[in-house]
Amino acid sequence: MKPARFDYVRADTLAEAHAVLAAEGENARVIAGGQTLVPMLSMRLARPKVVIDIMHIAPLAKIAEEKDAIRVGAAVRQAELLEWPALAERQPLMAMALPWVGHAQTRSRGTVCGSVAHADPSAEIPLVLLALKGEIELSSRRHKRRVAAEEFFTGLMSTACAENELIDSILIPSRRVGEGFAFREFGRRHGDFAIVACAAVAKGNSVRLGVGGVADRPVARDLLDLDGSALDDALDTLAWDLEARDDLHASASYRRALVRRLGKETIEEARRCRA
Amino acid sequence: MPRLSADARHRIRARINGRAIEAEAEPRMLLTDFLRHVLGLTGTHIGCEHGVCGACTVEIDGRLARACLTLAPQIEGSEIRTVEGLAPSPDRLSVLQEAFRRHHALQCGFCTAGILVSLDHYLARTPDPSESEIREFLGGHLCRCTGYVPIVAAALNAAKKLREAKPHA
Ligand SMILES: Cc1cc2nc3c(=O)[nH]c(=O)nc-3n(C[C@@H](O)[C@H](O)[C@H](O)COP(=O)(O)OP(=O)(O)OC[C@H]3O[C@@H](n4cnc5c(N)ncnc54)[C@H](O)[C@@H]3O)c2cc1C
Ligand code: FES
Ligand code: FES
Repeated sequence: MKPARFDYVRADTLAEAHAVLAAEGENARVIAGGQTLVPMLSMRLARPKVVIDIMHIAPLAKIAEEKDAIRVGAAVRQAELLEWPALAERQPLMAMALPWVGHAQTRSRGTVCGSVAHADPSAEIPLVLLALKGEIELSSRRHKRRVAAEEFFTGLMSTACAENELIDSILIPSRRVGEGFAFREFGRRHGDFAIVACAAVAKGNSVRLGVGGVADRPVARDLLDLDGSALDDALDTLAWDLEARDDLHASASYRRALVRRLGKETIEEARRCRA
Repeated sequence: MPRLSADARHRIRARINGRAIEAEAEPRMLLTDFLRHVLGLTGTHIGCEHGVCGACTVEIDGRLARACLTLAPQIEGSEIRTVEGLAPSPDRLSVLQEAFRRHHALQCGFCTAGILVSLDHYLARTPDPSESEIREFLGGHLCRCTGYVPIVAAALNAAKKLREAKPHA
């Protein structure tokens, strides 16, 4: 299994990367950590004419604290965000979820934004970004725009990122007073993609629950002021709404059962952690 | 921003195990093949060639990487460490390698190169890991022979020996 031929460009500036994307469109592919793209190249599921390496564009290599958010640039590796000393304080939910993204040996290369760009329905980072109502900043040769996570993930591994655009950075909202967070995941082994993953943000009596691994993209729902059997009913409705399917890893009914059970546990834990 | 064309071979410069190297590769060449076929460093093994087994693990600029998920041109200007760089001299094993031998932590040896590089990196940063931390960390590697028990024992033993060798750490 060897990749088909492609040109390789190591971009030193964003403008260089934009120029190649503008000229080559769908024949160009960005490479960040390569943890997903290189297997796709090797299996020839992707056959770009040119691969653009964005890891040497200095401004993209930063983690920056903004007023209400943490800005993570496209060249920041998952391990770097996990090692960032302020993470657990500024956004505990991301700190809880990151250790579930693959293994230490893949987080050391894979980027935070690459996972968002790839938009695997089981991926933890897109799920957390959606649960937190984060944003994605896209740029192309002529434009720059911000898209809410709610609008960014459009289907199975498809996103609002156009052919001539790339993700510059993502904005992870900082924790606010009174919020509680929890993350739970069920998989065969730690480090495998999730069969079902849940991320919850609790505030007052309402809670926002994100679910990954079931629908064709991560899905989040606001559950207002629900407890006891009303909460169970809402989780049951959510489990059915996600239209789970049978696959090699789990049956649809098993996934629905996990949404009800893991969803409830995650919500209860997030409520306990409100501070 | 030079564009390396698909059909040609291009000069790649890096440092591998402390030695400067210069050799040619097509843009599509994987680092596994670059190490093994172009440089003759066959210590790095290829198990799955798509990122799941960890046999090909090396260090790039102080971070662990699967060589089969790295394109040769991506290492231009980098500092690489492979399994060949672990032993202190050609006739001596490292503390970790010695522990692997003592604990029979390898049978066919296919996974061993990657696990050694990975654990060498890990123990240098985590001198006193618990058994469950080691198991979690080894989740990034597959071994089809040993059942992992002797690998975990070797890692714990090597960690202890390394701590004893460096009493003030
Ligand atoms: C063994 C193994 C286990 C894994 N387990 C998990 C897991 O449990 N959970 C999980 O979420 N992931 C998992 N992954 C995938 C994760 O490691 C990847 O890091 C991530 O999906 C992609 O990030 P990357 O930087 O490697 O992107 P790349 O592989 O470089 O790129 C992935 C895709 O995104 C595009 N892209 C990348 N960056 C940008 C950008 N800035 N703008 C536009 N497009 C971009 C590329 O063109 C490509 O299509 C696993 C991978 C491996 C090898
Ligand atoms: S050969 Fe690279 S991970 Fe299996
Ligand atoms: S010793 Fe044979 S695969 Fe590990």
